[in-house]
Amino acid sequence: MAPEHASARRSALLELEGIWKTYRSGALAVDALRGVSLRVGRGEFVAVMGPSGSGKSTLMHILGCLDVPSAGRYILEGRDVSALDDGQLAEVRSRRIGFVFQQFNLLASLDAVRNVELPLLYSDTSRADRRRLALEALERVGLADRVDHRPGELSGGQQQRVAIARALVSEPNLILADEPTGNIDSQASAEVMNLLLDLHGEGRTIVVITHEAEVAATAGRTVRMRDGAIVGDPVPSGAPA
Amino acid sequence: MRMGDTLMSGFQSLSSHRLRSSLTVLGILIGIAAVILTVGFGEGASSSVAAEISSLGSNLLIVQPGSTTNSSGVQLGFGSASTLSVEDAVALTSHYVAPDVAGAVPVVSGSEELVAGSKNWTTTLTGTTAGYLFVRSRSVGDGSFFTSAQVADGADVVVLGATTAQELDVGVGSTVDVNGLPLQVIGILDTAGSSGSTDEDDMALVPISTAQLQVLGSGSSVSTIYVKAVSNQALGAAYQEVDGELLALHHISTPADADFTITTQQSLVAASSSVDSTLTKLLAGIAALSLIVGGIGVMNIMLVAVTERVREIGLRKAVGATAGDIRRQFLSEASMLGLSGGLAGALIGSVGAEVLPHWADVSLSLSPVAVVGSVVVAVGIGLMSGVYPATRAARLEPIDALRNE
Repeated sequence: MAPEHASARRSALLELEGIWKTYRSGALAVDALRGVSLRVGRGEFVAVMGPSGSGKSTLMHILGCLDVPSAGRYILEGRDVSALDDGQLAEVRSRRIGFVFQQFNLLASLDAVRNVELPLLYSDTSRADRRRLALEALERVGLADRVDHRPGELSGGQQQRVAIARALVSEPNLILADEPTGNIDSQASAEVMNLLLDLHGEGRTIVVITHEAEVAATAGRTVRMRDGAIVGDPVPSGAPA
Repeated sequence: MRMGDTLMSGFQSLSSHRLRSSLTVLGILIGIAAVILTVGFGEGASSSVAAEISSLGSNLLIVQPGSTTNSSGVQLGFGSASTLSVEDAVALTSHYVAPDVAGAVPVVSGSEELVAGSKNWTTTLTGTTAGYLFVRSRSVGDGSFFTSAQVADGADVVVLGATTAQELDVGVGSTVDVNGLPLQVIGILDTAGSSGSTDEDDMALVPISTAQLQVLGSGSSVSTIYVKAVSNQALGAAYQEVDGELLALHHISTPADADFTITTQQSLVAASSSVDSTLTKLLAGIAALSLIVGGIGVMNIMLVAVTERVREIGLRKAVGATAGDIRRQFLSEASMLGLSGGLAGALIGSVGAEVLPHWADVSLSLSPVAVVGSVVVAVGIGLMSGVYPATRAARLEPIDALRNE
């Protein structure tokens, strides 16, 4: 009998079933993921840990619909993502998922508010609404006084908060963060983690990749990976919903 | 993504690389300005040619000696032999042999220095007959032209063009010396303007006998016979009559052996305008080439932009841009480069077409069709040059694009 865990009782936000990802370069084939199954319930805060090359980034890209699995099924909010075409995937990325990158990935030529507006640009939102929602999102991350600064004029921590504002501006249910504190100092890290905790508190589902044990400790559940497979998860993947 | 937003974002990214964008635009600009100026040059040349035809009088035939076959069987070009005579011209005026000829005058000419007091002036001295005024459609302003009797006598009289009279500072009644022979000025021609490189107002006309025997010493030969047809429509018929009569007079049985050449003013003008149009085509070719080079510049810079902005493309895709959004963004940037180049080129081309004729001796007529057309072409070139880079950008997988460092 599997131990009773919070996620087992919640309805699933996403479900991975036997996901394989194989990269081919010439005759060489590398399996980045070998049959990963994972179930994340609505409102969970999950940390994914593992050494370099364990496949955690690949997993994150598949969760974020930035990459498609070679085999297996990925169900996000009841839809089989593996069956979607390019346009539908783009829509999922713009409305259902907010992505926070280790490198921030802000556009250097745009000021903070325009960077935050970016996802709304691709979801047919009017100019006035875009501006209003972007300003609100920046206010939530505590950067209301930095809206017209360009990324180059902001500290690393501030840039990552702009990136978080961009991830939450379209009010997605799922926020994915790939080592969000990997490139910033410890004080800024704490601020970023507090922000993610706040978002979790609002009921959003958060999956964060990290190297740092303290970050993982913030999450309610830590999934450990090695060599493309999950080697430790408090919630067994085969557990009934 | 909305069209307005696409254009806005294209404009922003172009203006964030100002120098690079301006240099690319410069390529298109030069091409468009060159096209506009070339087309303007071509149109200007053809309209000035048309003006020249009408100023010369279109019903004129010019008969020149030459085209003879010499003893070694070589065909000589026109003007290479003296085979025409005053009698030929007289024969052509007969209404029986040439009913479509209104008049014919023999002409012999050479360059001579005229002296009047302390002034001297070198001009074309032409010996001709009394019919000259009628055949060449000229008129005398002051005094009178020489009469047939004066021609028959070889009178020592001269009629001057307006420019010549002015340069020598003489009027009717004055005396002008040519080669030591004093000639009395009996008339000054009305002005006729210049046709091509010839100043029609700089000339001295003397009776043909005077010219042949006393001034030029050219014997009895005639350098040109001008023939005026009764009308423009009768030019073809007049041509046939002149040709037939001269062949008969010269006892030549095969037209191919004719010892004279007949040309029309139109054929002379057509020859010069075909030179102009060849030049125009050559220039237009160069201009089109420079436009293509400009287009390659746009493609090149867009490819650089795609490579440089791989991360940006990846990020845009990660936050929800479709392949179509990315393609449209790059296409809009490329066509904006084309449009700016087109507009700036049209402006500079138009200014050039206005200013150039003041500096150099060229006639340019600005064609609105060419201006509007070339702006459209510029946008088209931008778009076409953008297709390949835009497609490459659109095909990038978001994750490959983001991974690029």
